[in-house]
Amino acid sequence: MLRFIVRRVLQAVPTLFGLSILLFIWVRSLPGGPAYALLPENATAEQRDALRRAMGLDDPVIVQYGAFLGRLAQGDLGESLQTGRPVLTEFAMKFPATVELAVMAMLIAVAVGVPLGYVAARRRGGPLDALVVGGSLVGICTPVFFLAFVLKLLLAEQMGIFPSAFRQTPGIDATRITGLFVVDGIATREWDAAWDALMHLVLPGLALSSIPLAVIVRMTRAGVIEVLGEDYVRTAEAKGLHRRTVRGRHVLRNAMLPVVTAIGLLSGSLLAGAVLTESVFAFGGIGQFIYSATQTRDYPVLLGFILIIAAIYVAINLLVDISYSLLDPRVRVS
Amino acid sequence: MFKRRNGRLIAPAAAAAALALVAAGCAQSDRDTGGDPNETQPLIFAGTGDPRSLDPALANDGETFRVTRQVMETLLVHESGGSEIQGGLAESWEQSEDGTEWTFHLREGVTFHDGEPLNAEAVCANFDRWFNFTGDYQSSNQTYYWQNVFGGFAENEDEDLPESIYESCTAEDELTPVITLTESSASFPGGFTLSSFGIMSPASIEAVADQEVGGEEGAPVLPEYSQQAGDIAGTGPYTYGEWDHDAQEVTLERNDDYWGEPASVKTVIIKTISEESARRQALEAGDVHGYDLVAPADVEPLKEAGFQVPQRDVFNVLYMAYNQEASEELEDPDVRKALAHAVDRQRIVDTILPEGGQVATQFIPDTVEGWSSDVATYDHDPDRAKELLEEAGQEDLTIDFCYPTEVTRPYMPAPKDIFDIIQADLKEAGVTVEADSKPWDEYIPHTDSGNCSLYLLGWTGDFNEAYNFLGTWFASYDSAWGFRDDEVFEAMEAVASEPDPEARVALYEDANETIMDYLPGLPISHSPPSIVFSPDVNPPNASPLTQERFQEASFK
Amino acid sequence: MAARTERIDRLAELTAARREEAEGRGVWREAFARMSRNPMAITGAAVVAVFIVVAVLGDLIAPYGPTEQNWGDEVFPNRNVFVGPRAENWLGLDNLGRDQFSRMVIGARQTLMVGVVAAGLGFTAGALLGGLSGAAHTLGGATGRRVDAVLMRFVDMMLALPALLLAVSIAALLGQGLVTVMVAVGTAQVPIFARLLRGAMIAQGGRDYVLAARALGARRRRIALAHILPNSMGPILVQLTLSLATAIIDAAALSYLGLGNPDPSVPEWGTMLADAQRFLSGAPQLAVYPALAIIVTALGFTLMGEALRESLDPRLRK
Repeated sequence: MLRFIVRRVLQAVPTLFGLSILLFIWVRSLPGGPAYALLPENATAEQRDALRRAMGLDDPVIVQYGAFLGRLAQGDLGESLQTGRPVLTEFAMKFPATVELAVMAMLIAVAVGVPLGYVAARRRGGPLDALVVGGSLVGICTPVFFLAFVLKLLLAEQMGIFPSAFRQTPGIDATRITGLFVVDGIATREWDAAWDALMHLVLPGLALSSIPLAVIVRMTRAGVIEVLGEDYVRTAEAKGLHRRTVRGRHVLRNAMLPVVTAIGLLSGSLLAGAVLTESVFAFGGIGQFIYSATQTRDYPVLLGFILIIAAIYVAINLLVDISYSLLDPRVRVS
Repeated sequence: MFKRRNGRLIAPAAAAAALALVAAGCAQSDRDTGGDPNETQPLIFAGTGDPRSLDPALANDGETFRVTRQVMETLLVHESGGSEIQGGLAESWEQSEDGTEWTFHLREGVTFHDGEPLNAEAVCANFDRWFNFTGDYQSSNQTYYWQNVFGGFAENEDEDLPESIYESCTAEDELTPVITLTESSASFPGGFTLSSFGIMSPASIEAVADQEVGGEEGAPVLPEYSQQAGDIAGTGPYTYGEWDHDAQEVTLERNDDYWGEPASVKTVIIKTISEESARRQALEAGDVHGYDLVAPADVEPLKEAGFQVPQRDVFNVLYMAYNQEASEELEDPDVRKALAHAVDRQRIVDTILPEGGQVATQFIPDTVEGWSSDVATYDHDPDRAKELLEEAGQEDLTIDFCYPTEVTRPYMPAPKDIFDIIQADLKEAGVTVEADSKPWDEYIPHTDSGNCSLYLLGWTGDFNEAYNFLGTWFASYDSAWGFRDDEVFEAMEAVASEPDPEARVALYEDANETIMDYLPGLPISHSPPSIVFSPDVNPPNASPLTQERFQEASFK
Repeated sequence: MAARTERIDRLAELTAARREEAEGRGVWREAFARMSRNPMAITGAAVVAVFIVVAVLGDLIAPYGPTEQNWGDEVFPNRNVFVGPRAENWLGLDNLGRDQFSRMVIGARQTLMVGVVAAGLGFTAGALLGGLSGAAHTLGGATGRRVDAVLMRFVDMMLALPALLLAVSIAALLGQGLVTVMVAVGTAQVPIFARLLRGAMIAQGGRDYVLAARALGARRRRIALAHILPNSMGPILVQLTLSLATAIIDAAALSYLGLGNPDPSVPEWGTMLADAQRFLSGAPQLAVYPALAIIVTALGFTLMGEALRESLDPRLRK
């Protein structure tokens, strides 16, 4: 087991290293450059050139990459050109927003998706099944930003149930500890603040959950159908075991294995894939920041953020593999 | 990494405050209405991006200045809601005949937020601080506006930096600082209104003196004091309350000892919503009380829904540049005129720009001094355009035309739509257009280095001085325009060498006429960027320079 | 010599033939038979058929040119004056006075092109990568496994970047344009295809008929191409159908972020939807038409893919 884990960790190192090289070359070959994005229209060519030189962008790429690696070894990812703050600080400021959003979306997806998938499988071929399967397909096929707009239009503007933007009502008196506003609110017993932050999470969470929800519905459904066909379930039912026992102990538990894997993998992509949702809801997470960094050619942010995300992604994959191999010894062999 | 602040429950705090009011037996009516909203409710305004720094000297963007302007005041200002230059911290000012000595008479009795008095020494301490910036502070990204109007620094560290035209600042008496320049410049007096030159208290200057722009070479980190409230003091109607980076909001608190009319609203919060439609939806859902840069298409629906859209006067220009080096056909004045006649600029104003937009007759708006009513005009006339092209032997002209994507500028709300209309107009005149588009950050270098024959660009004035518009374009050869015309260059030289601002006005008018006779490009329109407020707010005066003062706002 | 190899191959085929009849070609025939009875598949196929007909015959169907601003004097987006459906313009006018119906019809072609080329690109590159990797793993011995490991690290790198971020990166690098959208969306699909095909091939590699062929000394390339590959195509063919849907949606997302095809003379649904966001409060229909078109088309491809997957998947057969 330990050897398996060590091997997987060692495999991740070259992946990330290769990625850093690819990213570096990619980022530096973007046309334009911060010298152009950061200055007003009428800045002179001399001013732009001077800025490029000052930023060390005139050095050969290999020299720049060396400098980057040198700093990286000391845990320094450089500073954002947009904001002038260290990349790590920016990440630490923006990441909690994204985590909160991803967790919310995943909670919605699991809480709604697993029961729906189970019911659909039990009533396979019936109208309810068709509705659930059809609904999940529509969910996958709707562009997230459009869904977000419709949700905002209906639930925020027309009906006024949920707030339409931000992570918390501006000016609310709240203590910041972790940067996860809901957690902070609960930890400090500022129930107003926690509730407020939670309400702000609902609409973006719903929008972001559409794809994981659809995936979880279908995986649960497929898993349950498969397990229902297995001999041991038939045996259990034939034995006259109580239906609830069969459902809980045999069917769901066995059908959940692939779903758990999917949850892990989906979480990884949610952490970074919220670019659209975050910008529609002015949520201020990492996705939105990376996108604006591509617009302003904020090299350090692009490199740093994507590397960190990739590392998190790889780590989640690793955890999924490890937990999977714990649950299912057959995986370890191959 | 995360700031802690003393958390309190809102409800008990508010209850306690209300009790205290009742116990004191004051504010009878407040008991019924639940208190004066100006005192209890924050005014929330959405900007389009995070501010960069609380020290305006280290910024060059409107989002930062929107915040700093409320706190750090300048010697001169533009009048509220207009573009006239008037006294700010200085009640009046005068200049020497050769334009190198500027004497300011400061207001009496102004104190900084930290209690220090405003005097000539304080002003000079600020100017000397900027002049003596070293290291990364000399990067044009950090101190753009200082370099723009004063050139370089006391000791330039980059040989490409120009010699500074700032010589010294001396205190003639307690309230009379005198700023001496090495030569006159058309950037003054307008330059003294720039938000970057907001005056900071001498104690703050001392306190932050040892903080530098840090970080590695090529990756400057802004000093800590510019990233958190509380380290620097100005004289403005608001003080910095807090900058919550996590929530992307800056809180401003009223300065009750303000020298002028104090602000009505106690707390102003400036939030960031980068997405255009998200700003609108936040306003409609009641999450913010106002926002800037309203999409023109949203203005009418918002008005119908009861929101207030005060109209700003125009202070910008959108133009279609002709680059004569990119296409030699454009060297023929008839071709330039033909293209001008082909474009239906009125339709762009009528269908794309917000209310108050105007067709441009020249490269400056009429709110800037030096605007001429006698320039040559080029009306929409497709037949005339065809005729001129025929005479020039260019009936089958094919030309490339660039426009930017992923961007709206105050002078250019929908670049692609504007491009589409012009493209259709040119087609009607028999000109074939090859479309070329670039995202904004690539667009400027692309057009600057002469890759586009025709392209859309514009400028919003920093202050009321025509040179701020015309100077960068037409004073000498520029690869973005690709022409050399002595008449135009001489007309600009005549303005630049005139130290007297009043005398410059007539010279600007001449220059505008010369430019429009030559037609280096086609000025298209002046467009007022829209700002919106919710119905329960008395909005501040809408400023053509987008320099709204939140002290003028209040809740109804 | 040649005669001998042929004999070996023939033997391998004969050994595998029985299985293939049961699991290979037979499976496909059976799958299509099952699909033709599946309402999901029929609906999907009908939607896709209509879409393709419109895309191909767009010029004949569209009553006006998609870029002609014929009614430019009737629409004032800045004053919230729009023109809705009427006799001469079935879907009304867009913000520049162009016929919305014609734009929708012509737009179908661009959307189809983006979808097909992007999915095809992802499929080809992914299948190449995955096929190589899978073949090396199953048949290449120790060296092969090393080759496989290197290739998979590369795929992992691509997987470590979220698809949209990868697409945004590529769009930023190549500049804007139709080709960029296709390459960006296609590239984001590559790792999925690669992983799927490799997985299927490795699974097939352990099957009896492959072992039999190897025991009989058949050439590796032949085993890979003639035996393993055809039997491993199922999952990635399903994925190809699904990818068409994803590609159309991803392309719309890129357009929304302002990275779509910038040429205004070529209408495309994603760009139309993104452009219409500005007029959502005054003229929501301008956004609704392309949004519905995207959703329905993507749904059509997805239904077909899902039906195909279900009919191929032995576990899900009734």
